[in-house]
Amino acid sequence: MIRFSVNGQQQELDLETDMPLLWALRDGIGLTGTKYGCGQALCGACTVLVDGQPTRSCQVKLLDVAGRQITTIEGASGKVAEVVQQAWARLDVPQCGYCQSGQVLAAISLLTENRRPTDADIDAALSGNLCRCATYPRIRAAVHEAARALA
Amino acid sequence: MIPRFLADRALKDPVASRRGFLLGAAAVTGGLMIGFAPRSAKAQAPAGRNPFAGYIRIGTDNTVTIFSAHMDMGQGIYHGIATLVNEELMADWAQIRVEGGWGNPGLYGNVGWGGTVQGTGGSTGTPSSFDRYRKAGAAARLMLVQAAAQEWNVPAAEIEVEKGMLRHKARYMSFGNVVARAAALPVPQEVPLKRPEDWIYIGKDRPILRKYDSLAKSTGRQNFTIDVRLPGLLTAVMIHPPRFGAKVRQFDATRAKAMRGVVDVVQVPRGVAVVADNMWRALKAREAVTVEWDESGAETRSTAEIMAAYHALAKQPGKAVATDIGNVGSAFASAAKVLEATFEFPYLAHAALEPMNAIARIENGRVEVWGGHQMPDVYQAIAAGIAGVTPDKVTLHVMKTGGGFGRRAVIDGDVIAEAVAVSKAIGGRPVRVQWTREDDMRAGRYRPAYVHYLKAGLDAAGNIVGWQNHIVGQSIVSGTPFEAGMVKNGVDVTSVEGASELPYAFPNMRVELTTTTTGVPVLWWRAVGSTHTAYAVETFLDELAVAAGKDPVAFRLDLLKDHPRHAAVLKLAAEKAGWDQPLPPGRFRGVALAESFDTIVAEIAEISVEGNQPKVHRVTCALDCGIAVNPDNVRAQMEGSVGFGLGAILKSRITLDQGRVVEGNFDGYEVLRIDEMPMVDVHILPSTEAPTGVGEPGVPPIGPAVANAYFAATKRRIRALPFNRPENS
Repeated sequence: MIRFSVNGQQQELDLETDMPLLWALRDGIGLTGTKYGCGQALCGACTVLVDGQPTRSCQVKLLDVAGRQITTIEGASGKVAEVVQQAWARLDVPQCGYCQSGQVLAAISLLTENRRPTDADIDAALSGNLCRCATYPRIRAAVHEAARALA
Repeated sequence: MIPRFLADRALKDPVASRRGFLLGAAAVTGGLMIGFAPRSAKAQAPAGRNPFAGYIRIGTDNTVTIFSAHMDMGQGIYHGIATLVNEELMADWAQIRVEGGWGNPGLYGNVGWGGTVQGTGGSTGTPSSFDRYRKAGAAARLMLVQAAAQEWNVPAAEIEVEKGMLRHKARYMSFGNVVARAAALPVPQEVPLKRPEDWIYIGKDRPILRKYDSLAKSTGRQNFTIDVRLPGLLTAVMIHPPRFGAKVRQFDATRAKAMRGVVDVVQVPRGVAVVADNMWRALKAREAVTVEWDESGAETRSTAEIMAAYHALAKQPGKAVATDIGNVGSAFASAAKVLEATFEFPYLAHAALEPMNAIARIENGRVEVWGGHQMPDVYQAIAAGIAGVTPDKVTLHVMKTGGGFGRRAVIDGDVIAEAVAVSKAIGGRPVRVQWTREDDMRAGRYRPAYVHYLKAGLDAAGNIVGWQNHIVGQSIVSGTPFEAGMVKNGVDVTSVEGASELPYAFPNMRVELTTTTTGVPVLWWRAVGSTHTAYAVETFLDELAVAAGKDPVAFRLDLLKDHPRHAAVLKLAAEKAGWDQPLPPGRFRGVALAESFDTIVAEIAEISVEGNQPKVHRVTCALDCGIAVNPDNVRAQMEGSVGFGLGAILKSRITLDQGRVVEGNFDGYEVLRIDEMPMVDVHILPSTEAPTGVGEPGVPPIGPAVANAYFAATKRRIRALPFNRPENS
C-alpha cells in the first residue's frame, strides 16, 4: 500500500511500487489529464508537480512519492494557475492540446518562482516540454500575459 | 495530407459534384437534423449505416451539434466548420458543440477528393466545407424561422434571428422551442447565403469567436483516445516485427501470462498483443514474452545502403516522365553556364505526441471503435472485415487526436486493425491498443526518403534556359486502392508535387521520377511531396540567382510574371521582412516560395550561425489562402508549420541499421523545442477567392528559406538533410 496525496486528496493504492506515477495517476486513480508522450522524460507531457516542483511522472516510481503532495492538471488551482489557464484560452494557445497539461503546469511553476520571466527564462523553463504543433510563440505570449495579470 | 486525391475520380463520377446534393432533413428524437441527401443513389450510404448522420442537429434542449466531415487533429477544422455553420445559423456560440461525423460518405465525402470518400487530408477541410456547411446552417435557420412564423402566426419575413433566439418584435423564443415543428416542415431547396460583406464571423478575428475547446485543452479536460474510460476496458501493448516484413513464427508467453493483471497474450496479423488490466502491467509482461520471427521476407538493408542505391539511380535517366516542356537537352547544350546539385532527404516520422492507439469492443455482433478516424469509411470496412460483420454493424467514435500530421490517414488502418483483432481474440472484450513512443517511431509509416538530382542552364544574361529534376524514392500510394486515381503514367503525384508544376516560367523543363521499392512502410507527412520538392527547387533556384548575380526575390519575381498571386505573396513577405533593409552584423536572410494544396506561402528566415548550425530568430510569412475563414487559426497554422518544418530540416531523421529502425524516442529522433522556435509574423493577403487549406502549406518554404539564409551566412549549401547530420559539419 502506497500512500500519497493527489490534488489534496489522500490516496492509498494497492499497486506495484515500481509502477511509474504516470500510470498510477491515469490507470489507478483515473486522472487522465496527465499525458503519456515518451515514457523517458524527454517530452514533458506527463509533467506534474511533486511538492510544487515540476516532475516527469513517467520517471517517478510510486515508491518515491510515498507521503508526497502531487498536483496534476486537474488540481491546478490558485491565482497563478487561474491566470495561466485564462491566458492560454484567451490566446488560443492549444492546437491539438495534448502537451498542454504539461506546458501549463511548467508555466505555473515558472511564474510561481519568477513573476517577470523573459523569453529566455521561458525557453529555459519550458525547453523540456515538446509541442509537436509548435505552439511555442503563443506559449511565450501567454506566459507574458499571465505575468502581466499577476503584476 | 492526401493531395488533391481522387480528383480524377470526381470527373468519372459526376454525382460527387456539389450541385448534385439536395437538402434533406429528418426529425430525430425531438430535434431537427439537417443534412444533404445525394441526388444519386450511387453516392448514398448503405441504408442504416449511421441513421443519425447529418450536418447539424438542434435539440429541444437548445444544443446545436455540428457533425464535422473532418477529423480535428489540432488544425482547428472543428472551429472552422462551426464558424461556417454559425455565420448562417446565428446560434449563440455557447450553444454549439462539434462532433466527428462518420458513416455516410454521401453526406461527408471530401469534395476535394471527389466527394465519394470521407477523409481528412490534403488541406481540404475548409474548401470542402465552405459551401455545404454554410448551406446547412442557412437551411436550419430558414426552417426554424418558418416554424416560428407558424407558431406565432406572423409572416416569416418579420422574424429575426440572433444569438440563438428567434425574435418577432418584442417576442423571443429559443431554437429548442420550435425544433419539433421545424423538423416536420419541407426542406427549402434553394438556400440563399449571406453576401460576404454581411459576414459577421467569417474572416473576423479571435475575440469574436473564441475556439470553444481552448479552455478544455488548457485544463486537462480534453479527452483523447488514450483517455477514454469504459467498463472493463483492458490495455494491450503490441510486439511488432523487429524488421519490416517479418512474421511471427512462434512465441512463448508462459511467464507473461502468470504475471499480475495479465489477461492474455494473443497473436494477431500485425504481431503479438499483450493484454492486461493496465498499461504498466502490459508493458512489464511484454518484456517476458519471447517471439521467434520469420525474417525471410523482411527488409534487411540499412538506410546508407538504400540511399547509395538512390544516388546511383538519380544519375541515370528516370523511369517515368512527369513534365516535359521544350527540350532541356538542347537548352543545356547552348547554355552559358550549367549547374547541378544532388539532394538527399531522410525518412521522417510523424511523431505526434499522442502515440498511436485505438479502442475496440465487439458485443452482440456489433463493433465499436474509438480512434483518430481520419478515413472513417475505410476504417469501418476494415473493422467489419476483421470482426466478420457487415459495415453497418460498426460504430465509430471519432476522437480528437494529440497531433496527427498525416499519420492517422493510413490505408490499412494499422492500429485500428490491431484493436479490432485483439478484441476479437479475447472474446470481444473492450481493449485499447496503446503504442509506446518506441512502437510509434519504429512501426513505420514514414515520409519516404528521396534523392533529387537537379540540373539547370543559364544564358549569358542570367536567364534560366533549362531546368531538369530527377526524383528517386518510394511511392506512397503504390499498392493501395488510391493507386488507380493517383498514379498517372507511372508517376505518383505525391512524389513530384511541388516539382512537376512550378509557377516559374522555364522555357525548357523536364521532371523525371524513378519509383523505388523497399520494405519500409511510407505515408503522407504534413505537406507530403512539397516537404522535399520545395527544398530542392527553392534552394537550387537560390543557387541560380547567385550564379546569375541577381537578388533572390527579384530573380523570382522576374520568373513569376504569369502568376500574379504568387508574385503578390512574395512581394508582401519581402516588404514585411524589410528585405531591402540592411541587417545587423551576424544576421542573414533567406527566402522561399511554395504553393501546396492551392495555397501560396512565402517565408523569409532571419538567422545567425551558432557553432555550425543556423539559429533562426524570425520568420516572416505571407500567404494567399483565398478567404481566410478564421484569420487567427490561419496564423496559428503558419506558426506551427514553421516550427514543425524547422525541427525536421534541422534535426529529424529515421535511419535503419540492417533493417532495424535505430531511433526510438525523442533523444534519437529530435524535434523542435521552444528555445529553437523563432518569432513568426504572419501576413494574410486579403482575398475574395474561395478558401484554400492552411494545415500544411506553411511547412514547405521554411526549410529552403533557412538553407538559403545559411548560404548567405556561410557560403555553404546544405543538400543532405537534416542540417545536423555529421557530414554537414
